[in-house]
Amino acid sequence: MEAAGADTWAIIGLSLKVAFWSVAASVPPALACAWVLARWRFPGKFLLDAAVHLPLVLPPVVVGFGLLVLLGRNGPLGALLAPLGVSFAFKWTGAALAAAVMGFPLLVRAVRLSLESVDTRLEAAARTLGASRWRAFATVTLPLILPGLATGMLLSFARSLGEFGATITFVSNIPGETQTLPLAIYGYTQVPGGEADALRLSAVSVAIALVALAASEWLARRGRGRAPRP
Amino acid sequence: MIDVDIRLARGRFALEARFATPAPVVALFGRSGSGKTSIVLALAGLLTPAAGHVRVGEATLFDSAAGVDLPPERRRIGYVFQDALLFPHLTVRGNLEYGERLTPPAERYVDRRQVVDLLGLGPLLERRPRALSGGERQRVAIGRALLASPRLLLMDEPLASLDTTRKAEILAYVEILRDELAIPIVYVSHSIEEVTRLADHMVLVSDGRTVASGSVAEVMGRADLEPVTGRFQAGSVIETRVAEHDLDTGLTVLAFDGGRLLVPVVDSLPGERVRVRVRARDVALALAPPPDTSFLNVLEGTVVAVSPTRGALVDVTLAVGRATIISRISQSSRERLRLEPGRRAYALVKGVALDRHAVGFA
Repeated sequence: MEAAGADTWAIIGLSLKVAFWSVAASVPPALACAWVLARWRFPGKFLLDAAVHLPLVLPPVVVGFGLLVLLGRNGPLGALLAPLGVSFAFKWTGAALAAAVMGFPLLVRAVRLSLESVDTRLEAAARTLGASRWRAFATVTLPLILPGLATGMLLSFARSLGEFGATITFVSNIPGETQTLPLAIYGYTQVPGGEADALRLSAVSVAIALVALAASEWLARRGRGRAPRP
Repeated sequence: MIDVDIRLARGRFALEARFATPAPVVALFGRSGSGKTSIVLALAGLLTPAAGHVRVGEATLFDSAAGVDLPPERRRIGYVFQDALLFPHLTVRGNLEYGERLTPPAERYVDRRQVVDLLGLGPLLERRPRALSGGERQRVAIGRALLASPRLLLMDEPLASLDTTRKAEILAYVEILRDELAIPIVYVSHSIEEVTRLADHMVLVSDGRTVASGSVAEVMGRADLEPVTGRFQAGSVIETRVAEHDLDTGLTVLAFDGGRLLVPVVDSLPGERVRVRVRARDVALALAPPPDTSFLNVLEGTVVAVSPTRGALVDVTLAVGRATIISRISQSSRERLRLEPGRRAYALVKGVALDRHAVGFA
């Protein structure tokens, strides 16, 4: 009966917290990754491309298991981080990490696509006007890819809210710590008489998904309106 | 003073450019793909040469031997691209302010109000680049580059994507800049009309090499460069001064050291310098001045070169004073008149051939 005890609002709150931090932590590395994929040419680029997209095609359980092996208490990375006070195992931060890894390809893809549509000569123009590389990125490129970045963030946020396989494998199903919406629904379906609660939480999931879709549509439309003429 | 000596290789394309001139307006002239744009990219610091140096005024922007390679943002070189490249997310005002804000106040020497007035940007300030016509965009791009107070303005075929009317409009604005702001300009073009109108000094670029560098009159007068300057565009350029306007006949008298040229009235004051381009195919030759003729201009000179072009035509180069006039006539006429180097001849040029497209205000 462990799942039934958790309060619905706490579950929603935890899910939003996990999804928020998974997206927030993904944005800087996703920007860097999308930049490298969109702008650089180097041998073995397809390997990086494949690695980024792997979570999209792998069974989520495999990703979760991989994280467990690497970052578990006895994993090579986990043992390295433990003395620094950083630990993911069976913590909500681990749930956020699992969700971040699963949503990463969606974020990178969206950013990369909009980066590729930005004329690099606009950055060159900014440089000749006195802007450093960073300033040109911050004042020209970033505003131009904003609609794409926002769409990607929304997609990976939605993906994070729905994350199940990697999370449950990596950090288990602990109420109040790692039990997000899908995990709670799963919990209810595993106990007799839990269908009503499962249905209620499912309805919440549908509502959140609808809001996310509407927001993404709105962003895409705004993005089209502002896109530079070819 | 612009001093360029660079070498670079990009894939199969090799560039070797060398020229130096104190002229305020330098034209890089050559066919598309000849390497003009690579040269200006290297000047702006957007392309790094393998070796050589780039100096503008007192400043060394690039010197491979001394290990100097200033990044674009520290070169203070304005760049006007062929297709304007305005920032689409900013208004016209935002575009204009972009470079101005990044220029330390001590280094600003261009006044925003003056630029806005000169380029007629006032009514456009709150518009977005998407809502501008091609000509308007190009004007904003020029203004944006100027407001960063550059030590040199690069213009890479700024008229190429415009229609004829807009071309004339922007060309007039560039002339105003040159005269009002006294900013050195490197102007890239494959149009000899633009070069004649704007530039004092011309650098001829072909197949990744700078093949000639000199005054426009000098370079265009060299028959040996014709394969590069182009068959259709063959002709010479004469530096003149306005002697007088005859308003009764609607003609302007231009004096140069080989004589006088009568052209349809130009709007320059007596004493001002004017460059006139005389196309080879508009010049006829005679051994004696024709007694009754409609030709307004009959100029005596000496044949200095005869160079066959493809087909039945030859280009005969005539020295008229220190100026050069090239005439394109048929091979059979040349034989009949026995036009050889050293022979005296008269160049006949119709006044209407020297219309305002052929006349530049230096």
